[in-house]
Amino acid sequence: MRSFSYQKATDPGAALRALNAAATDSRPLTEAAAQPLAGGTTLLDLMKLDVMRPASIVNITPLARTWSAVDAGVDGLRLGALAKMSDVAAHPEVQRSYPVVADSLKLAASPQLRNMATLGGNVLQRTRCSYFRDVSYANCNKRNPGSGCAAMDGVNRMHAVLGTSNQCIATYPGDFAQALIALDAMVEITGASGTRSMPFAQLHKAPGNSPQIETSLQPGELISAFTVSGRWPRSLYLKVRDRQSYEFALSSAAVALDVQDGVISDARVALGGVATVPWRAREAEALLKGRRFDDGLAQRVAEAAFADATGRRHNGFKIALGRRVVARALQQAVTMEI
Amino acid sequence: MPDKSGSRHHGFDRRTFMAGAAGSALAPLTARAAAQDARSPVVQDPVLPVDVTLRVNGEDRHLRIDARTTVLDALREHLGLTGSKKGCDHGQCGACTVLIGDRRVVSCLTLALSAEGREITTIEGLASGERLHPMQQAFIDQDAFQCGYCTPGQIMSAVACVKEGHAGSEADIREYMSGNICRCAAYPNIVAAVKQAAPEIMRG
Repeated sequence: MRSFSYQKATDPGAALRALNAAATDSRPLTEAAAQPLAGGTTLLDLMKLDVMRPASIVNITPLARTWSAVDAGVDGLRLGALAKMSDVAAHPEVQRSYPVVADSLKLAASPQLRNMATLGGNVLQRTRCSYFRDVSYANCNKRNPGSGCAAMDGVNRMHAVLGTSNQCIATYPGDFAQALIALDAMVEITGASGTRSMPFAQLHKAPGNSPQIETSLQPGELISAFTVSGRWPRSLYLKVRDRQSYEFALSSAAVALDVQDGVISDARVALGGVATVPWRAREAEALLKGRRFDDGLAQRVAEAAFADATGRRHNGFKIALGRRVVARALQQAVTMEI
Repeated sequence: MPDKSGSRHHGFDRRTFMAGAAGSALAPLTARAAAQDARSPVVQDPVLPVDVTLRVNGEDRHLRIDARTTVLDALREHLGLTGSKKGCDHGQCGACTVLIGDRRVVSCLTLALSAEGREITTIEGLASGERLHPMQQAFIDQDAFQCGYCTPGQIMSAVACVKEGHAGSEADIREYMSGNICRCAAYPNIVAAVKQAAPEIMRG
């Protein structure tokens, strides 16, 4: 690990000043000289790998005093960005009214990492692409823009089949983000000029021609909270992986339904493990709305969700697997007792 | 009858030797760094050591360390507490699991600086004098290890697993112990050990 200067921010103002002091417009957020440290589970890992090389670290954990509250009321959910994954997963009202959120957190990482990692850091975790994580590979457009992509014709079993570009096929590895995007969550961002709110769906950027730019966050900004409107008791997160526990998704689905008298009045489907960014399957949702559920519909919805998917040498199986995950998640959601 | 219990402290002991060797290796490293600084004043950002006080197993320990030092390295390399193991050093194996406050964390991804002021409990702090913690005893009773490298992390994780209320069934134990990898695959016996110790730990 390279050396860095360290400071602990005792309040948001101090944190933003410290991060802004080192911010320049020319570098993407992940390359900014000053990086915030919360749980550290991504940052320290990538610093040890020499993938991230901040000159300065700003420990923002003291901000948890004001940024870690979980408020679940009748009209919505508000999650402080510095809440720990384990605390939110175990929150009774989150489990009751937003099971897709609780499940996505509970099925992620390990108990130790969930005790450390915060929600804000979780959504910003970086891809597990082995070529990105191994700096001995020079050709990674995310690390070295313009250098090429070793994964394209490499071992790409874990890579994405949706949202890819000819520059990058790295999978977005998280789970919680799929729950947020399915529920039309908003993300609250705090910067030097105040706090702004935007749809969570606008946070992550598909690789396109600039895979080094992963989010629309600017250097010097911090995620302070996530909010969700309404309640979603008929929702779940289904995650299929190589191991039963403590593994990244090969394919996952965040599903939320509103069913009135047997008719689906609202439907949300988001996909994980298969896309470069948290992926909302809107074509699939459109097929569900206003319909009665049956297995044939589940099949058509699953087909629609992967209609634009493109596999490469080792990851084509994710398309077939992903369809089954969508169909099964929908079947489980329709029949769950709420 | 001769008293054998005290004699082992005087003889050769692998753990004492390893801990001592690790400690003595520090001096040349520090000296080399200082000499380099004297020769070439500023090549890159200077790495000045920082003062930090860690509370480990109920005792305040004052350290002067590099800001990059993790809790794991502080324990093993600076405090001679080599019970916590370095497996992957990337938060993937769980061998370095310790408790910070009442929570299990991986000490390899926790900076010592960010653990300042927190209560750190390691495998060395679990027993009460010569009396083993119920989880330590259960691992022996159930033969829950082979090579033993992952065991300190398994035991620290298991203690937290029980206290969190996640040891109610074998399925729960397997799910909530999944952050600790055992390359010898002693998993069935680890599950048995957690089941054995859970009631005693919950009774307090």
